[in-house]
This record gives sequence, structure tokens and C-alpha cells, in this order.
Amino acid sequence: MVFITRRNTTNLRDTTNFMVALNSCRFFLLCGLLCILVFFPAVAMAQHAYINIKDPLIRKIPVAIPFFKAVTGHEEEVTLGKNAVDIMSNALDFTGYLFVMDKGAFIENPSIKGITGSEINYKNWTVIGSELLITGGIVEQNGAVRLELRLFDTFKETLLIGKVYTGHKEDVKSMVYRFCAEISMLLTGKMGVFGSRIAFVSTVSGNKDIFTCDFDGGNISRVTSFNNITMSPAWSSDGNFLSFTSYAKGNPNLYIRDLRTNKDIVVAKKGLNITPAWLPGQFALAATLSFSGDQDIYLLTGTGEIKRQLTKEAGIDISPCFSPDGTKFAFVSKRSGTPQIYIGDTGSGSATRLTFQGNYNTSPAWSPDGDKIAYVGIVKNSINIYVIGANGSGLTQLTSGQGDNEDPSWSPDGNLIAFSSTRQGASRIFVMTSTGSDQKLLFTFKGAQTDPTWSSASGNK
Amino acid sequence: MGKKIVVKMMVLLFLSAMMLTVSCAKKTVETDPSAGIENQGSQDGLSAEEIARQRALEEERLREEALRNAIAAEREKFENQDINFDYDSSELVPDARMVLKEKADFLTRNSGLTITIEGHCDERGTTEYNLALGEKRAMSAKRYLQDLGIAEFRMNTISYGEERPLVQGNDESAWSRNRRAHFVIR
Repeated sequence: MVFITRRNTTNLRDTTNFMVALNSCRFFLLCGLLCILVFFPAVAMAQHAYINIKDPLIRKIPVAIPFFKAVTGHEEEVTLGKNAVDIMSNALDFTGYLFVMDKGAFIENPSIKGITGSEINYKNWTVIGSELLITGGIVEQNGAVRLELRLFDTFKETLLIGKVYTGHKEDVKSMVYRFCAEISMLLTGKMGVFGSRIAFVSTVSGNKDIFTCDFDGGNISRVTSFNNITMSPAWSSDGNFLSFTSYAKGNPNLYIRDLRTNKDIVVAKKGLNITPAWLPGQFALAATLSFSGDQDIYLLTGTGEIKRQLTKEAGIDISPCFSPDGTKFAFVSKRSGTPQIYIGDTGSGSATRLTFQGNYNTSPAWSPDGDKIAYVGIVKNSINIYVIGANGSGLTQLTSGQGDNEDPSWSPDGNLIAFSSTRQGASRIFVMTSTGSDQKLLFTFKGAQTDPTWSSASGNK
Repeated sequence: MGKKIVVKMMVLLFLSAMMLTVSCAKKTVETDPSAGIENQGSQDGLSAEEIARQRALEEERLREEALRNAIAAEREKFENQDINFDYDSSELVPDARMVLKEKADFLTRNSGLTITIEGHCDERGTTEYNLALGEKRAMSAKRYLQDLGIAEFRMNTISYGEERPLVQGNDESAWSRNRRAHFVIR
């Protein structure tokens, strides 16, 4: 059973407000832009999360999502409502901590009986094991949509979140994602993955180019068309810039693309210009350059000018990734004779070794909470994803016995890790929880996919 | 409109010219036999001196061709003979050093040539690390050639990591061939 740690009585002003809102819906239909009307004060529970998503023994919370009520009842409205339920079910199922229940078990039908708290018989939901209930009502008129959504705790018999979204019918998906983000914030204290994008590399007619997709693998769009070797995408915190390496002009050069204008800044120094990583919250990034004859990590401005050198030891120093506060960076160095993960201090550049197990540890990814680092380890030709505490404790292997697994990248809420795997033949993008459970294929697409990189939750398209 | 007509006319002209050429060529072939016989006759009348001169010219031509072939073969060998590396290593093994000595000889004899040294890896590593390792391999080869007297400005390096395998395959025989430095004459 879910238990609420803090209750806000203003949540309970349910029925009357909703009825008033429903009657005035025609007014809102005139509103073309997507806007959100919060008619309940935000539920002040962010400081006390329901569940700890880092718990490896996490039990998924059963949530019931019955069909939404088509308020005027015409065909278009019914279809939009069904789509919204599907989008929401898939999105919440994706989180890894919610279990979306089969509709066959439902006793009550809120789309007929009513979607407000006073119209719900909570016993009808608790008896089938549902701990959370989401009801929805949708109005569609000439392409304008009004979607009202409620989340209930069926055991406490309380409304947890109530929101009304209005906009065009094309906006239904983003309305649903916004509501999912509210649920995520309530349950875990974080906005979750909703609204985030994943950049990845796919081979198209034999060449690697960069694409992006929604967090759930939908809505794939192409970013580069160099028809050459293009790899290692890295998002800026605001999602407006994507940095990557491309051989488009012959040499492995570093590109900084403004996704709003599609203009590139190119860092084309002699040798390697590779493995970019943005400094969190800043228009600056780290990358490996080898113009000096040695491969070292440098800090660059967002316009590609060198600010300073971050590593100075001889030998391979590559693949930087910053801690969430930017004060430290993990990277790969061969200074000990084999590739290992090190932690460097962004200010002083001094570094200490993090990994000691195995002879080949690369591709570090720092968790959004700052406490863990996921990486790739190769043991006896087996390539797998591991996770280790930023302090070196708690080494755990997350994948095993299923093809080569590479390129870990954390979801913005730290709950999921995207990675590439050859377990089904050609390399594909998979997602698993941060504890390694629920490993699933994200999408299928032509060619081979590698290098998934998750944007922050606020990342734009 | 006018432009289009001009273009069409030009295309027509070109096509008819092509057809003429084809029909002319056919006629030449038909008249060839008699021409051949006439030439044969005049050759019979050559002096011994002239024949010797022609023979010498022919021999000269053959020698030059052989030399050209030898150079081409040498160039081909230079470009096609890779040096190989151990797993996760950019150190030159004895075999690689021997091949590099031959390459240094070739570059010394052909002092006008400049080259690019490509570093490659097998697919087993991770892609980013392999970019770095590939560059280390190319730089090892370059440094050794420098030690053998080849000027640095004549040599570029580029790493392709694991992006351009020589052979496909999931076994050591494929991997060992893909762990290589490859040499290209610019």
C-alpha cells in the first residue's frame, strides 16, 4: 500500500471545482496555445517522495488507468481519449517503478460513472489491488482539446494531483507527459524522463549519423546527414546544443551544433578532436584533443576555444563526463598500463583511480544523483555494463551473458540507464533500471544503433 | 523557352555526331585488311640497321615498363602491407619493425612521396577508446619511421578506431588483421 507522508487539505476541494471547470470548457477551447491551468494548489509533497527508486528491491506500484471520459462523446474525442490512455500507460510503465494494471480486472467504469473523487467508489479499486488510480476527461472541439487528469490514492481515498490541460489535439502527448512528470515528482521527488530525448548513432547506408528520439523510443528524427563516420553525441544541459565527432571533412573533428539554428562550430585541430561532454549548466564542454602529440582532456568554451587543459599525464586520456555539480569529472586513462576509470578534479586537474577490477574499463557515465558511475568493462571478451560508487564502493555488474553491451547513459531522473547491445544481432538501444532489472529494447530502426545519450528532462527537441 | 530549344538542338546534334562516328568506325574496320597488307610489304623492305634500331627502342620501352611495373608493385606493396598489433597495444612487434624498415627504404628511395598512416583497431574495444588506441598505433609507426630517417613532415596520421575493419569476423584471425596500421601514399 502507498502511504502519504504529508497531506495538503487543499487537495480535497475536488468535485465542485471540476464541475465548474467542465462547464466553462468551451471558453478554454478557444485557447490555441498549450497552456496548463492548475486549479489546485501544487501538491506540496516534493520533499517527501513515496518511493526510493534506487532501492534494488523496489516493488512496482500497481496503477489503474481506466478509459477516459469523452465528455461530448463524439468519435474524434473518443479516439483521442483512447490514444491518451495508451500514451500514459506506456509512459508510466516505462518508469520501471509503476505497474500498469490490465483493464480486464476493473469493476468500475469512471468514463460512465464519473471521474471526480466523489463519484469514485475507492473500494472497487482497492479490492482489485490498485493502489493508484488515474481518471481522465477529454473534450475535443474543432481541433482544440481540454484534458483533465486526476491521480488518486485509492487506499487513502484522496486526490493527489488534479490538472487541466488545454491546447491543440496534437498536444495531447505532451499534456500526458506533463502529467506523468507531475506523478513522477510526487512519487520520487524528480521530474522523471518525460520530455527528455535520447540522441544516438545509427548506420544509414553503411555510414554513422546522429539521430534523436523521445525517451520512449518514439518520434525519431535525424540530426546529421554527413554520410560519414559521426559519433559520440553529447547534450548541453539546456538541450539546445549537441556536440559530437565527425569525419565529414576527413579528420575526426569536434562539432558543436546549435539545434535551434542547425549551425555548427567545428574544432578541427590536428589529430583527434573527440569525446565531448558538457559542463552541467554551463556553455562549456570538455573533450579530448591530441594536437600536442599526446591525448589529453581540455576544457573548451561553447564556441570551441580552449579554456585550459584538464589532464596532463602522458598517454591516453579520453571520455570525460562531469559530476552533476561539475566539480569533478570521470574519464578513461591508460596511465596505469590498461584503460581504467579515473576521477579528476575540474579545478586542479589532479586525479585518482576509481576502477581496479579487470583490465579494460571505459565509457564512464556519472549518475544525475552524483553517487554512482556506470561504465563498460571487458572481461574475457565479454563486454558488459557495470556500476560503481563514485567513492569506489559497491561495484555491481548490470548486464551479463547477452551480447556486447556498451555506451551506458543515465536517464535525467537517474532511474534508468540506456545502453547499446548486440544481444539480438545488430546493435540496438536498450533501457534498464539503474539496478539492471527490466532490460528492454527501446525501438527498432534501420541499420545498427549505438551511443545512446540521454538529454536532461528539460531538454528541448 | 528559347534556351530549351537550343539545348534540345545541341542534344540532337551531339547524338547525330555520335552516330556518324560509329558508322565511320565500322567502315575503317572493313578497309583494314588491305591496309595491313600494304604495311607488311613496306616493313619487309626495312634495312637491318633500321630493324636493330627499332629492336633497341622496343627493348628500352620494355625496360622502362618493367621499371614502372616494379615501382608500381613496390608502391602497391607499400600501401597494401599493413603492420599488426597485439590486443590493446600500440607497441611495435618484431614483424612490424621489419616491415617498417622496408617502408623506410622505399620512402628513402622515393623522397618525393608523402604518406598518411592510418591506425585501426579490432571491434572488441569500445568505440571511443579505440579512436585513441588507433591514433597511438599510427603514431608508433610514424615515430619508428622517423627514427629510421624519414622526415616528420612527410607523414600524417589519422585514427579510424574500429570504424573501418579490413575484414569482417568474430574470431581472433579477423581481429588480429584488423589491429593494424595502414599506409597510404598521398
